[in-house]
Amino acid sequence: MDFSNYLCDHFYDEMFDAKGVVRPHYKSVLESFSALSQSDFDRCVSEVDKSFLHKGITFTVYNDDQGTEKIFPFDMIPRIIPKNEWDHIEAGLKQRIYAINLFLKDIYTDQKIIKDGVVPKDYIFSAPHYRKEFVGIRVPKDIYVHICGTDLIRNTEGDYLVLEDNCRCPSGVSYMLEGRQALKRVFPKMFPSVGVQSVSQYPDQLLKVLKHIVPSGVENPTIAVLTPGAYNSAYFEHCFLAHQMGVNIVEGQDLIVENNRIYMKTIYGLQQIDVLYRRIDDDFIDPTVFRKDSLLGVPGIVDAYRAGNLGLANSIGTGVADDKVIYYFIPRIIKYYLGEDPILKSVDTFLASEKEDFSYIIENMENLVVKSANESGGYGMLIGPHASKNEVDKFRAAVKENPRNFIAQPPIALSRHPSWTGKNFEGRHIDLRPYILYGEEISIVPGGLTRVALKKGSLVVNSSQGGGSKDTWVLYS
Amino acid sequence: MLKRVADSLYWLSRYVERAENMARLVDVSLQHLPNVQNLDNESLKKHWEPILLSTGDSDLFYKVYQEANSETLTHFLTFDENNPSSIQSCILAARQNAHMIRDQISEEMWEVINLLYHFLKNQDAKQVWEEGPFSFYKKVKEFSHLFQGLTSATFPRQEGYDFVEMGKFIERADKTGRILDMKYHLLLPEIQLIGTGLDHGQWGAVLLACSADAAYRKTYLSELKPKFIVDILVLSRTFPRSIHYCLMEFNNALHRRTGCPLGSYSNEAERICGKLLADLSFKTPDDIISVGLHEQLAEIEETISHISLLLSKQYMFFPVVDPAQEEQNPAKNQ
Repeated sequence: MDFSNYLCDHFYDEMFDAKGVVRPHYKSVLESFSALSQSDFDRCVSEVDKSFLHKGITFTVYNDDQGTEKIFPFDMIPRIIPKNEWDHIEAGLKQRIYAINLFLKDIYTDQKIIKDGVVPKDYIFSAPHYRKEFVGIRVPKDIYVHICGTDLIRNTEGDYLVLEDNCRCPSGVSYMLEGRQALKRVFPKMFPSVGVQSVSQYPDQLLKVLKHIVPSGVENPTIAVLTPGAYNSAYFEHCFLAHQMGVNIVEGQDLIVENNRIYMKTIYGLQQIDVLYRRIDDDFIDPTVFRKDSLLGVPGIVDAYRAGNLGLANSIGTGVADDKVIYYFIPRIIKYYLGEDPILKSVDTFLASEKEDFSYIIENMENLVVKSANESGGYGMLIGPHASKNEVDKFRAAVKENPRNFIAQPPIALSRHPSWTGKNFEGRHIDLRPYILYGEEISIVPGGLTRVALKKGSLVVNSSQGGGSKDTWVLYS
Repeated sequence: MLKRVADSLYWLSRYVERAENMARLVDVSLQHLPNVQNLDNESLKKHWEPILLSTGDSDLFYKVYQEANSETLTHFLTFDENNPSSIQSCILAARQNAHMIRDQISEEMWEVINLLYHFLKNQDAKQVWEEGPFSFYKKVKEFSHLFQGLTSATFPRQEGYDFVEMGKFIERADKTGRILDMKYHLLLPEIQLIGTGLDHGQWGAVLLACSADAAYRKTYLSELKPKFIVDILVLSRTFPRSIHYCLMEFNNALHRRTGCPLGSYSNEAERICGKLLADLSFKTPDDIISVGLHEQLAEIEETISHISLLLSKQYMFFPVVDPAQEEQNPAKNQ
């Protein structure tokens, strides 16, 4: 395969430095790929695609009449992170999750951070995912966020920046694991020659986290993954994780709450569940507490949780930390609870609800990325420099209408990575989502999901909008 | 094991077996076609209609299709998604059930169902017809065998396995009955043809459809006689597609679930099944033929569907909620 015409343009390229020289940690992989013939490469691509299709590793795109299953596009060239960079990321994420967790505990109990004026109380109480129903409730082991997927990007200097946290039900970890499997099958020799750290321990670690929050006194816990059902876009992942951990997968209709205990309906009668890894958002989890029209959840589950008869991962009300307005305060939150400076930088952020920032955003919208504070999946976002005048006007009106719901950031030229276009290798923008587990201790499997915006020039890496993924290699050295 | 999971395992297994039997039926009818002389429209209709009668889909067929010939029948029985017993519909349903419980079955089981689904999706009636239907139906059968073989080789012998076994054997018992009954529909109008080459060919086709020809010859060392054919397909305790054998296996799995000893019962499904088995144990082929094969088969089929209903009530019966009605969030790839 030929890389001689590959262009870095003015972006930070993961594989090549500004002079076009391959970075040392990519040398061996570049050699391996260069030595592949086109037909061998094509064969590998089709083998990998086929294996994804046959395994049914697919996702569902909404707002699409065809609306069924698609393969998540997988790009063959792995993204490689040397150990020293990973150590930095790992330390930064651990610090961040630790602080976010203290923050959540605080706002649901003593609210010291509000009293000390570090985060204005209006911002917290107006966050749509703040659950006033949970104020004063203690959760098992004081852990709120057991599983977190934090999105990192790199700017033109190659610095890792935190783009957002996903403290509710982050998805994608199954792609990380299956992507690794796929590459191992087609390029078995490449791994030992480079020295890649394993990710396959993730399900075991997740199980350990779930066992950590078993209600006290339970010896042989029954653990289950709660899914919205087979029609959910991440259903493959729910099944995959349940299967890998060897636990049950349940839907709301399988469960019933009696006397503040939750049971599943088995062929022999009811069996109590002790821990749920739920992949249903707060809004839908209990129609007696949150959205009344939800059929996906379980009436009474919140009471069972509050009564201490159930371990729930993640806890309820964690979404407040995902709010992009709260994101703005995370560096202060870290400083407040830990007395440390954040190891990982955030992207500069303007809050539309702050007077000065508001005027700046309104006047400079064409040059900013404007995000609604509580959307995900790459929706509810304006990339000013790429947007039409009409789109900019629409967003400007929306921001004026409800400033609390918007933030703005300068556009970041995400780092690029050689990616196969079907004809040749071209640079495509990428991000990185490592998965952080918080149980007895905080652990992160070395790697994560590297998402790649496969459309030329696009900065949106979400699978619902033309994104694909790459295997992510963290090296031993 | 969740009731919902038991339900899906049972139906997954039934649908795979059903698809296989449908392939057997169509395949054998196609192969038998050259034996029929004068292939005008009327004789083609006579050739194909018994399949429709035996599967009970005649009305549905004539709602959509003008005439029964090889091509319309192949399409209807194989690809038509409006026909709930077409191979395509069966595999769709099997995959849907497998999808809902894919964490509960082995990866190999899921993959083979998924492969079969994609295999079917990439075919159509015209193509099958042009490229030779024989290899197509063979492939469908092979997929089913692969699924059953992989189930046997990779699925733990726990509760779930028993529901898979029950689904497979109850479906097979039912379909063997229907395949045999097809001969009744074939035979009825032309009683004078008994003992002719055509009659022989039809009995042979029935045996072939049940993969019973070699077993027949070894067991009876005889030319094809209705009496022996009834014996091997209904009463045999050793031939693995006979109604009796299938119900014995079904009964074994059912009793493994309840822990109730064979020969006694702890619920209605066990009682009715035991009663039918006792009846089959002490019947001779002559008993069946003297009452009427068609009448006997109809009675057995009715009892089988009653048993299935009782089983559902006992272990699975589960209100169906369609979660597609209620998606929690339009942007779920967060």
